Amino acid sequence: MPKLSELAKVCKSKNAGPFEVTIDIMFDTKEIFDKVLKSGVLCEQLFAKLYDVNVKDVLFTPYPAALAFKGTIPRRVSSGDLGDTDVYGAQQHAPMLDVEIPI
Amino acid sequence: MLEKTGECRLLSVSSILGYGFPESSLAAGLARNPHFIGVDGGSTDPGAFYLGSGECLNSRKAMKRDLRLMLLGGVPRRIPIVIGTCGGAGAEPHLQVVADLAREIAREEGLTFRMALIHADQDRSKVSSWLGEGRINTLRNVPPLTATTVQRSSRIVGMMGAEPFMKALGEGAHVVLAARASDAASWAGCAMSRGLPPAPSWYAGKMLECGTASATPKGHDCLIATVRPDHLEVEPTNPARRCTPHSVATHSLHENASPTIHEEPGGVLDATRCEFTAVSERAVRVSGMQWRTRDYDVKLEGAEFIGFRAITICGTRDPILISQIDSYLQTVKDDVQSRASGFGVSPEKYHLVFHVYGKDGVMGAAEPIKQITSHELGIVVEVVAPDEEDAKAVLAIARVVIPKVDFPGRLCKSGNMAFPFSPSDIAVGPTYRFSIFHVVKPDSPYSMFPIEYEEVH
Repeated sequence: MPKLSELAKVCKSKNAGPFEVTIDIMFDTKEIFDKVLKSGVLCEQLFAKLYDVNVKDVLFTPYPAALAFKGTIPRRVSSGDLGDTDVYGAQQHAPMLDVEIPI
Repeated sequence: MLEKTGECRLLSVSSILGYGFPESSLAAGLARNPHFIGVDGGSTDPGAFYLGSGECLNSRKAMKRDLRLMLLGGVPRRIPIVIGTCGGAGAEPHLQVVADLAREIAREEGLTFRMALIHADQDRSKVSSWLGEGRINTLRNVPPLTATTVQRSSRIVGMMGAEPFMKALGEGAHVVLAARASDAASWAGCAMSRGLPPAPSWYAGKMLECGTASATPKGHDCLIATVRPDHLEVEPTNPARRCTPHSVATHSLHENASPTIHEEPGGVLDATRCEFTAVSERAVRVSGMQWRTRDYDVKLEGAEFIGFRAITICGTRDPILISQIDSYLQTVKDDVQSRASGFGVSPEKYHLVFHVYGKDGVMGAAEPIKQITSHELGIVVEVVAPDEEDAKAVLAIARVVIPKVDFPGRLCKSGNMAFPFSPSDIAVGPTYRFSIFHVVKPDSPYSMFPIEYEEVH
């Protein structure tokens, strides 16, 4: 089964304000985007599981116009607060890379 | 009042004042006869330090270079210049730095203009009374606000919407320098002051506030947006870049929680039904956005001082130590605690954190991979304490303990850690957290943002 790292054109994370991190996964073609969408693997529950956060705190949006999926999760520690490891939230995407998509 | 026009051309020079842009891109933008020239001035992204300390994000030199070119381009042509979130965090000290730069440049270049300064600092006691009146609401994934948190804030700003910009422009300002503003608000205000509707005006702002981040290749460069009643067109002025329907659509994802729903003061910009069409090789038309008005609210941002930070950097190449890193660091922590208590700094007076690179230094507790496979580990030892001398003293004793603590099977008896530098201890200075990130219902869109006018020459 292919992994997202093999299917995606972009897989990145970034702050969406200091209390949330947003993860974007983008694809090259509508064909791949549609297949990934149809697989149903990318969803609130997946983000909640991979990042160990409450599913009700996840905001998940497929965005066909950019052939992209966006998942926004709460930060454990707000940007720059004591114990934070990533002020810009730019290196929190890696758990997504190994997600397998049955297509 | 400004003349109403069928379209409004907005020229953004870069993504943040001080990030730079090619002079040729500005010249190409000016050739399109823009109605406004502007740039966003800041962001919360680099952390609460800038709001808390009053320091600017970018250097005075870099901001002055950009501002000089903008003023020289706009003032002689009577094109208003508009900058939001001046100086990085958009509090009073930041606004004053940029205002001083504008005055200096005017003197040096012999320019005269009417300047508006829009302030955004909010008084702690006022915020406390809003809290008491139930006018403050909590945003998603942010802890609720308490009166103690308000009192502990070093500085609080409100994030203005488009209305204060429209007021300043309507009252004849040629140069509008604003403190904290929604990133898109300055642009939305410009286009709406020319009679364009909110939906395409706000959408244009979303594009313009990031310079050419919506182009390919991305970069800090000039973008021109033409706003018309039911759509907008965007195009980079540098021929080396272009906007494509995909690059522009993709930009909606940038640093937003949602790609389609953008909450702004007084309304929601809904991009769910947006269409992106190429109008040339380098320009894209965006249509179908909607603006829904709602109760006006203003975001408050506050920064709280958490202490002075001191750090040291070291690394281990010892496999026996790496195999028991967690218990070893606990031993270090306990030893530091007992020694620091010995010189009068008890554990409640400081925080000691080990950032272990090669293990979970990047993701912390969220790191799903628990097994270490690297042959070496890098450690940043961090101490934060309200008293600067305490922070330095605890860090110094941690630097003494960490190479010397014994552990089971230890062979490296001369030292557990490699320190790359002498001196090893680095005093980082004051550090802050975002303590307020809430919304308040204001008396009016203008009430929190007083405007001052000044004839600059």
